[in-house]
Amino acid sequence: MTREITLSQAVNEAIAEEMRRDETVILVGEDVAEAGTPFKVLSGLVEEFGTDRVIDTPIAEPGFMGIAVGAAMTGLRPIVDLMFGDFLYLVMDQLCNQAAKTHYMSGGKLNVPLVLRTNLGATRRSAAQHSQSLHALVAHIPGLKVAMPSSAYEAKGLLKAAIRDDNPVVIFEDKLMYQDKAPVPEEEYLLPLGEAAILREGLEVTLIGTSSMRQVCEKAAEILEADGISAEVVDPRTLVPLDEGTILGSVRKTSRAIVVDEGHQNFGVTAEIAARISEKAFYHLDAPVIRMGAMDVPVPFSPALEDLTVPTPEAVAANARALVRGVPVHAL
Amino acid sequence: MASSTSNIQPDDEVLIEMYRRMLLIRKSEEQLFRDVKLGRTPGQVHLSDGQEAVAVGICANLDDRDQITSTHRGHGHYLAKGGDVNAMFAEVYGKAEGICRGMGGSMHVADFSKGIVGANGIVGAGLGIATGAGLANQLEGEGRVAVCFFGDGAANQGSLMESLNISSLWRLPVLFVCENNGFSEFSPSDTVTSGVISDRAKPFGIPVWNIDGNDVVEVWRTALEAVDHCRSGAGPAFIEARTYRYSGHFSAEAMVLSTPYRSDEEIQAWRARDPVARTRALIIDRGAADATACERMEMEVDACVEGAVAFGEAGTAPDPGTAEQLMRMGS
Repeated sequence: MTREITLSQAVNEAIAEEMRRDETVILVGEDVAEAGTPFKVLSGLVEEFGTDRVIDTPIAEPGFMGIAVGAAMTGLRPIVDLMFGDFLYLVMDQLCNQAAKTHYMSGGKLNVPLVLRTNLGATRRSAAQHSQSLHALVAHIPGLKVAMPSSAYEAKGLLKAAIRDDNPVVIFEDKLMYQDKAPVPEEEYLLPLGEAAILREGLEVTLIGTSSMRQVCEKAAEILEADGISAEVVDPRTLVPLDEGTILGSVRKTSRAIVVDEGHQNFGVTAEIAARISEKAFYHLDAPVIRMGAMDVPVPFSPALEDLTVPTPEAVAANARALVRGVPVHAL
Repeated sequence: MASSTSNIQPDDEVLIEMYRRMLLIRKSEEQLFRDVKLGRTPGQVHLSDGQEAVAVGICANLDDRDQITSTHRGHGHYLAKGGDVNAMFAEVYGKAEGICRGMGGSMHVADFSKGIVGANGIVGAGLGIATGAGLANQLEGEGRVAVCFFGDGAANQGSLMESLNISSLWRLPVLFVCENNGFSEFSPSDTVTSGVISDRAKPFGIPVWNIDGNDVVEVWRTALEAVDHCRSGAGPAFIEARTYRYSGHFSAEAMVLSTPYRSDEEIQAWRARDPVARTRALIIDRGAADATACERMEMEVDACVEGAVAFGEAGTAPDPGTAEQLMRMGS
């Protein structure tokens, strides 16, 4: 049986189910208890699990991230709530020097089973320090798994898998998607980290979209269908591990690829995925692989500018049309 | 020190000017709250209504050459330091005529010509920046002082200890002003903060004042002493000012929070100690101005805010090219 719930409810359910199943799971962060976070995602959890397990912290991101790492090393399974993805810069040492490396540096003898839940996404008119999509920073660091759910269904399944993972997983939810509804099974399910999904089959171009860029790719595919162009949409679901097999299989079939992601384009997720396609499916390609990331600027406040910085379905469709028709997308 | 050791009073002119500034902040922010509800602002705002006496009492002791660092709750600091009100409204409306050309919005309003070194979206980030400004001031040797405004929430960031240590060790002219409004976002202080915040500066040998932040005269008098301490080359100083923000953490909180995190009684109790009303009463009581003169001032401030709204509304959306153009200028 499935029902439609919001991404916010899906996250809430995943946490509640795992906290019921495993009493070592705790939740730590700013305003996670009574307030249930400004995104309302955690409402009701403190009532069920109490303040021993749903723990409000001071505004001290480096401090509570360090506490979570230490607790994870010594028997708990913390879920850290980082209110905005932009605050990742504050927790970098604890996350990248400590959590990411402990398992490896201990020769595999020590695990750090923690989940860092945070968010990404612009166009909320929150300016440059509350709008960033910083998942590429984290994906760059060996030892961290990175999940990018694109729907309520994925958010729940990936989060449950992340909580059960024995080493650190960072999950980025799109702030604009918390109220988006999707069918979610009532029965328990997990989505393994490292399995991409083909959401729409097509023959002429592969559109690879992470997080909310999946919706952008799906809308682009609809626009293209009206033009008589058949586009396939692939959602990687996790960046680390990356399901190369599904991505390469799709591109080998369609011979063209556009990678769409809301992180900055320079040195970003789109670059990494495009490079892997170019290296490993080169002889199947009929056109260069196109990257479409966010504009390489701090996110501007004014809506007139902010909206220009994020890929749109129309722009993705225009690039796909050019690829399929053999028109160079970039000047030669 | 519980409060300033002296009993010096601001003269009438200073007191009236402080009242005018506090009114401008109060009425500007009330207007911005209405603007949010009207959909005139693209984003949300963090208001400082109730905290005006801290920003104004401190900045009344500063010149344009002195710097301040501000926070996400920065409209009051901006106006207290003499920032242009028209350009502030245009900024919050996302217009090209805004003080940051529409790039920053409410959370980042900063008039750099007035020594405002930035309003910040990262809690506690101003601590290091103000300390850096203090280093620049010390090397420059012109007697400039850097003031760091930060909240009780920011006091729990580790960067407070780092900044206190360095500024004291190097005897930097930095005045730390903790606006203790009792909440870290939605968490009451007693759930996230141990001890007395101003006590944290004492082991570093920094002089400390813990004062009523809703009494503009007490803030002014304390700042007079503290700024003088910093300017004289004796090193940093620390003021904790107890105050309250009526409108809460941010303008949309009533929509996102399922349960209120503070009581109406609490809000009313603080309103009874309203810094703007207290200053008005003091002005009349002292005979610095009569009620008619105060009303005239209030009407002037209303007109000023109306003018700022009109200026902001008449502003233009930034040219699309500026999104990338600024990056090329910075490279």
